[in-house]
Amino acid sequence: MSNLIKDGTINLPTSPSIASYAAAAGKKEGEGPLANCFDYIADDVSLGENSWEKSESKLQQYAFTNALSKGNFSETDIDFLFAGDLLNQCVASAYGARDTSIPFFGLFGACSTMAESLSLASIFVDSGTAINAAAVTSSHFCSAERQFRLPVNYGGQRTPTAQWTATAAGCAIVSPHGAPPYVKAVTVGKIKDMGVTDANNMGAAMATAAYDTISRHLANTEQSVDSFDLILTGDLGQVGSDILIELFQKDNVDISDKHNDCGLMLYDLKKQDVHAGGSGCGCSASVLCGHILPEIAKGNLKNVLFAATGALMSPTIVQQGESIPGISHAVHISAF
Amino acid sequence: MKMTNTEYDELTKKHSPNTKLYLTLPKAFVIGGLICCLGQALFNLYTYLGMTEMNARSVTSITLIFFSALLTGLKLYDKIAKHGGAGTLVPITGFANSVVSPALEFKTEGFILGTAAKMFIIAGPVIVYGIVTSVLYGIILYIFQIMQ
Repeated sequence: MSNLIKDGTINLPTSPSIASYAAAAGKKEGEGPLANCFDYIADDVSLGENSWEKSESKLQQYAFTNALSKGNFSETDIDFLFAGDLLNQCVASAYGARDTSIPFFGLFGACSTMAESLSLASIFVDSGTAINAAAVTSSHFCSAERQFRLPVNYGGQRTPTAQWTATAAGCAIVSPHGAPPYVKAVTVGKIKDMGVTDANNMGAAMATAAYDTISRHLANTEQSVDSFDLILTGDLGQVGSDILIELFQKDNVDISDKHNDCGLMLYDLKKQDVHAGGSGCGCSASVLCGHILPEIAKGNLKNVLFAATGALMSPTIVQQGESIPGISHAVHISAF
Repeated sequence: MKMTNTEYDELTKKHSPNTKLYLTLPKAFVIGGLICCLGQALFNLYTYLGMTEMNARSVTSITLIFFSALLTGLKLYDKIAKHGGAGTLVPITGFANSVVSPALEFKTEGFILGTAAKMFIIAGPVIVYGIVTSVLYGIILYIFQIMQ
């Protein structure tokens, strides 16, 4: 039964299994370094739909249905669905799940939503509240651009610190028993705001949240950086990753050998013109479900601290002059 | 970690790369210059074909707006503007792109609440403050004329 260790860190003594997982990606993501990891790659950014929101819902459905079939689950096996995306009212998730009859939780944690949904699904399974729970999140470049920034065809220039919202989705199904990977513990993020007002520098807005959550997780579980093969942040991109490494250096902790970032892994930064890297909750979801979880299952990675990060940015509030709060949730995923 | 927002801002600046001005400025100059040359060429063509200077100016603007709208619809203008920067933003073509791109983007919400209502979300402030300042300058000019 899950229990609070302290200060937001929850231990999951039954170590629920991530029994099945799948990732769906857009065309650009399917041309990146992780192309071979995805269960579905769209050949057209619209996925044959007449609105970007519908395209994103469809991508989320593909991730979910692929995860079901890969794990030999049927829809009725899933007791709860934890779903989230970047759009207002979580529409991509709600419309994506409209044709199901699974009890549904809609979540918003910006780009940290994969860690948030996976945490909640794991806690539900560990506590016996659910037998099987699914965590699914998505983002779509075009639906995010029109909501948060400018029309896709507007001729503007992006700053070097800007990140590219991934067109991708990931789904993980948590079960009490099964093969690795296993979820060992989670640390719930706190809202951190260091006064960053630049909506084109999300990495900087999120880095302190990642620092806080990772250091709390290590302290609360009495582990060190060496306990992990990989500390994987959500999508800090290049700028946020550099800041995170320096923040740990100030504590005399070197995470540079262990750290990687989903926003740096999804794209080839030199060739794919994504500036500081990828972002969006589909970024960490697809990297985790398409690449990291299979690597843990194969035994190539033993202990991973997955700390997805989100910039809780609202264009309205930023226009009112407020700074951008960040959040990061951490999930310890293990091969044992 | 104990860090003030000012210290964090310095850390952010240290790790945030700046725009490569040695690349962006020449590209904006060349691409913007080419658009202006195209405008001049069109103007020369129209006057050669017998238009008055005043008509040729208007038709040149209309032609540039047409091509900008067409390229926006073909999803090419933003690809040029990515390199052009202010070179594609400042000429009349940039203004056309800023009207056409939201009109196309919000078509999914219908022709009234989407296309028409959102058409000026980018160009709107330019129009509003353009008109306001033209009125102010008109008043100033009027006062000077009375004083004379």
